[in-house]
Amino acid sequence: MTEQEILEGLGEIVEDIAGVPASEVTPDKSFVDDLDIDSLAMVEIAVAAQDKFGVEIPDDQLKDLATVQDVVNFVSKNTEA
Amino acid sequence: MTERETVVVTGLGATTPLGGDVASTWAGMLAGHSGVVRLEYDWVSELPVKIAAPAAADPVQILGRVQARRMDRCEQLALVAAREAWADAGAPSLDPERLGVAVSSGIGGISSTIAAYDMLNSKGWTRISPYTVPMLMPNGSAGWISMEFGARAGAHSLVSACASGAEAIGYGIDMIRSGRADVVLAGGTEAAIMPLNIGAFAVMRAMSTRNDEPSRASRPFDKGRDGFVLGEGAGVLVLESLSHARERGATIHAIAAGAGYSSDAYHISHPSPDGAGVMAAIGRALADADVATEDLVHVNAHATSTPEGDTLEAQALAKALGPAVDSVIVTSTKSMTGHLLGGAGAIESVAVIMALKDGMVPPTINLEDQDEDVPIQVAVKATPLRKRGSAPMAALNNAFGFGGHNVSLVFVAA
Repeated sequence: MTEQEILEGLGEIVEDIAGVPASEVTPDKSFVDDLDIDSLAMVEIAVAAQDKFGVEIPDDQLKDLATVQDVVNFVSKNTEA
Repeated sequence: MTERETVVVTGLGATTPLGGDVASTWAGMLAGHSGVVRLEYDWVSELPVKIAAPAAADPVQILGRVQARRMDRCEQLALVAAREAWADAGAPSLDPERLGVAVSSGIGGISSTIAAYDMLNSKGWTRISPYTVPMLMPNGSAGWISMEFGARAGAHSLVSACASGAEAIGYGIDMIRSGRADVVLAGGTEAAIMPLNIGAFAVMRAMSTRNDEPSRASRPFDKGRDGFVLGEGAGVLVLESLSHARERGATIHAIAAGAGYSSDAYHISHPSPDGAGVMAAIGRALADADVATEDLVHVNAHATSTPEGDTLEAQALAKALGPAVDSVIVTSTKSMTGHLLGGAGAIESVAVIMALKDGMVPPTINLEDQDEDVPIQVAVKATPLRKRGSAPMAALNNAFGFGGHNVSLVFVAA
């Protein structure tokens, strides 16, 4: 999966769960500060991302995923193998 | 002691089995429409009750999917009704610290609770919605409404089963009288058309099983009544101090004149056979409102269409009002909407206020053969109201809940 594919997939998830247009889900955006996503919605997004990309996101790593790029990197790194 | 602040109603909102707003609900009531239908769910086949009165308008369509998916259906309905009431009041601008909320539900987010439990059992805890707790808590509606309108004077949810909506309105009146708020969004909501609830009420033998005639199933005060029909929806009033309403030139629908409470302390679900609790609530409400029985023209009864409850209420009403009861036109709009549990007292308050405004009482449909143990005058068709003396017309709304909670509210024509 390319980073672009992950980004697009993540955009769909964020639009579906939080109602933020996928076009606004760009790498530099912070979920909390820019996309107005609270911790509860972030849990939903993480579960949907695990299903969509087939990765496991442990709680202690979820809190470090602050930006869209952080999630793309995490998914990219954990689906390489 | 300073003179007590008069509380008025400046906004009305409702979403009910008869319509998605006050206008359509009221038109449906005056026309004697029934909102009761045969349910099409698969689970119906397992239950003795196969009818209910679902909300006419889907709140998800109104709120949008993204917002709606974080809210239980009872919260969605409450927010829809609150928005209508707020707009009807002219969307007053005021200090957020002076705006309060009192919105209750009898049961809370039962469909969300069951959905989460099913998910827990099938896929495990990590798949439960992180919004489950805010969706199942009965104070969720009050919380969402406080956020929507920025209400910071306090958001409250008094739970008293089927008296919850009326009790919330009483609490809202108190918030204004005690000086804690100038404006309060007050009401009740329920969305409990679920197999667990229907099964649980059915096992108490409290529900109508007139499954082949849905629109004829809810028949308060009729000899052939065999239990209540479950309805869903919400009603919200904008309560406001008279001084605040005058200052901003608001339209006043009615005076929220008083509330009376009592508790039977008798049985957890059966009403006390002597009707003393009901009489006490009515008497206290009239006293609180400073309304004489002679000025009372209309009662929207709690009457849910159960064999026991309807006669006990009617007899208690007759005893509480004495000879004045002969000039009071009683109705039970539950004949059309079904019983909205925690929403009942709120949508019936809306109906009482509309009756005072329009001078017309909606009918109790299906009242074909009035029980001889019901010694009151019940409207079988839309009936005009007439003032009896020089005082403005007053009307009463009763709401009683399992647990022995009795609430009566008094509204007076503006």
